[in-house]
Amino acid sequence: MTVLDGGLQPEMRDGVDRETIETVQAMAGKYKYGWQTDIEMEFAPKGLNEDIVRLISDKNGEPAWLLEWRLAAYRRWVKMEEPRWAMLNYPEIDYQDQFYYAKPKSMAGKPKSLDEVDPKLLATYAKLGIPLKEQMLLAGVEGTEEPRRVAVDAVFDSVSVGTTFKAELAKAGVIFCAISEAVREHPELVQRYLGSVVPQSDNFFATLNSTVFTDGSFVYIPAGVRCPMELSTYFRINAENTGQFERTLIVAEKGSYVSYLEGCTAPRRDTHQLHAAVVEIVILDDAEVKYSTVQNWYPGDENGVGGIYNFVTKRADCRGARAKVMWTQVETGSAITWKYPSCILRGDDSQGAFYSIAIANNAQQADTGTKMVHLGRNTKSRIVSKGISAGRAQNTYRGLVSMHPKATNSRNYTQCDSLLIGQGCGAHTVPYIEVKNNSSRVEHEATTSKVDDDQLFYCRSRGMDEEQAVALVVNGFVKDVLQTLPMEFAMEAQALVAISLEGSVG
Amino acid sequence: MLEISNLHVKLEAEDKPILKGVGLRIAAGTVHAIMGPNGSGKSTLSYVLAGRDGYAVTHGTATLDGEDLLTMEPEERAAAGLFLAFQYPVEIPGVGNMTFLRTAVNAQRKARGEAELSAGDFLKVVREKARALKIDAEMLKRPVNVGFSGGEKKRNEILQMAMLEPKMCILDETDSGLDVDAMKLVSDGVNALRDAGRAFLVITHYQRLLDHIHPDVVHIMADGRIVKTGGPELALEVEQNGYAGILAEAQ
Repeated sequence: MTVLDGGLQPEMRDGVDRETIETVQAMAGKYKYGWQTDIEMEFAPKGLNEDIVRLISDKNGEPAWLLEWRLAAYRRWVKMEEPRWAMLNYPEIDYQDQFYYAKPKSMAGKPKSLDEVDPKLLATYAKLGIPLKEQMLLAGVEGTEEPRRVAVDAVFDSVSVGTTFKAELAKAGVIFCAISEAVREHPELVQRYLGSVVPQSDNFFATLNSTVFTDGSFVYIPAGVRCPMELSTYFRINAENTGQFERTLIVAEKGSYVSYLEGCTAPRRDTHQLHAAVVEIVILDDAEVKYSTVQNWYPGDENGVGGIYNFVTKRADCRGARAKVMWTQVETGSAITWKYPSCILRGDDSQGAFYSIAIANNAQQADTGTKMVHLGRNTKSRIVSKGISAGRAQNTYRGLVSMHPKATNSRNYTQCDSLLIGQGCGAHTVPYIEVKNNSSRVEHEATTSKVDDDQLFYCRSRGMDEEQAVALVVNGFVKDVLQTLPMEFAMEAQALVAISLEGSVG
Repeated sequence: MLEISNLHVKLEAEDKPILKGVGLRIAAGTVHAIMGPNGSGKSTLSYVLAGRDGYAVTHGTATLDGEDLLTMEPEERAAAGLFLAFQYPVEIPGVGNMTFLRTAVNAQRKARGEAELSAGDFLKVVREKARALKIDAEMLKRPVNVGFSGGEKKRNEILQMAMLEPKMCILDETDSGLDVDAMKLVSDGVNALRDAGRAFLVITHYQRLLDHIHPDVVHIMADGRIVKTGGPELALEVEQNGYAGILAEAQ
């Protein structure tokens, strides 16, 4: 195996797995975020048409150009067909039987600070372990030697509830706010970059998102600035029959750096809910962005009743020379996952990395991977994908590595491992490789293995019970990816890995 | 301590008897050795005692300090004080050796209602015990048994045994694949654990391990039965004359 010498490899970290089992044991229950918040909501009427698009735009107080942009997307979307090439099996989605806008009534007056936010909303995030007070830390990090502060943007159904540490970030010149707020406060930036990475026409779900997107986060890191803390957005779907269509836009100017985290949860319901997000990242010369996701939407029950349909378009454009992006995703939730965080390596010497853990248990289906599009010279990319299937789940890795004629001396390394637990599940690997020059190199390694009875017996003969043994073996399997996550996310992810697989053996 | 009586075992998948009435009584503080030709059922006996799937006990009993081993899960047997040093230790990619050890130690402590060891205390103990087996810090960090040499794997088994402090230790061909120096290290590790409250069952093909770990009792196993039992001199007899004479005599 050749290891690329780029700067995007994870550092080895001893501490991560040491606490595995304790953490796993401490977290009881299966899907622990399945409760709902009882709060009065304001909905737009069900269904999607131009009036709904105008209403959403009006609710957000948007300028005319954005309304026009949305309407253009809508007119395109009505002529488009839902893609069906993924290895996913689900009934037809009735797009007219959804709410496209839901907002807690208490948010109507636009609270000026977190102190004015409805206590019920604050309690929701407290229960999720997400700190909305600046003196609080993410759950699980207390007691560490150097507690790291994390700025949070909390999005509840269609609106951002609040964003922490804004003042302190502003001192560094960093803008971190809800995208609706950015449209009002920084229209020139939003207008310049919105849709520049994922165009309206990109795909059915991205076009739908362009039509109805509500809140999501906006991040702007000025030239030469290293963002003084991690930024994170927590998405919570609460209302029933309501889609979530967040849009996130991150702009990293020359020589800047930011690490951004995203977490997602939803209540347990027996109907499916639609989530179609778009994330766009623009990275200029010498800038670096790390984007980590722990996706834990409600996955549905053992029989496949309920769960989120997750259709997401995420793309980073390394527009400048030596720009770097690293995607890390831990996908444990959702009934359906359709998601391919991608890197456009446009700048010379730019680098992209994609580290993924995708777990599908019970009736879950995941079709996920990445696209590495090498356009610039001497560009490098690295893909490490770990798929775990259990129960009756189907897990597909789908990835594209494309070396354009001008992307000379470029390299890609792909490692794609699948782990099967039990007899009823499936793992599939669909790599697409296109190389259009003679000096580039692409390597692809793939393995499929089963959780081995000998490994389990070995662990059990040393005193571990069966679930501990599976958690240990699986955490070993995904370790290279867990190491790329910020510490507090790594702990959460590790515990999630075990919980997602509960009941998958024996 | 360990009492096995008239134990009959067959492979679950095929109707093939492997153990055909094994009886053994091993008292605390003693070392027993089982020798025998290939296919005599020695490894099966160790697996059945440790609780591996795939075997069906058709008759007989096995108890540890009066507790019925055969109805327990493998992890319950471990917590009750049984330990098997594997002939072929299993690799677990991505799981640090230290993590594995600590998880095992704390799982057993928890099962016995004892407080778990803190990270600091654990580290102190493991470093001390590893040093005696010439296992360096690097080897403690590497994934369990992955890329270990034959000797390293066996030393690692003894380290696990030293950390878990079992009452009843079964060593399944721990000498296979060891050079002279490694054999010495492993034997020293085992001898250091000998005490009045602990018993050993050493399964081996060869006398040479027994030069280092002196047994009190030697059994010869053939075709699923113990065919002869004696003192250390029995092992020497095997070394000099092979099994043929003993087997002929047994028939």
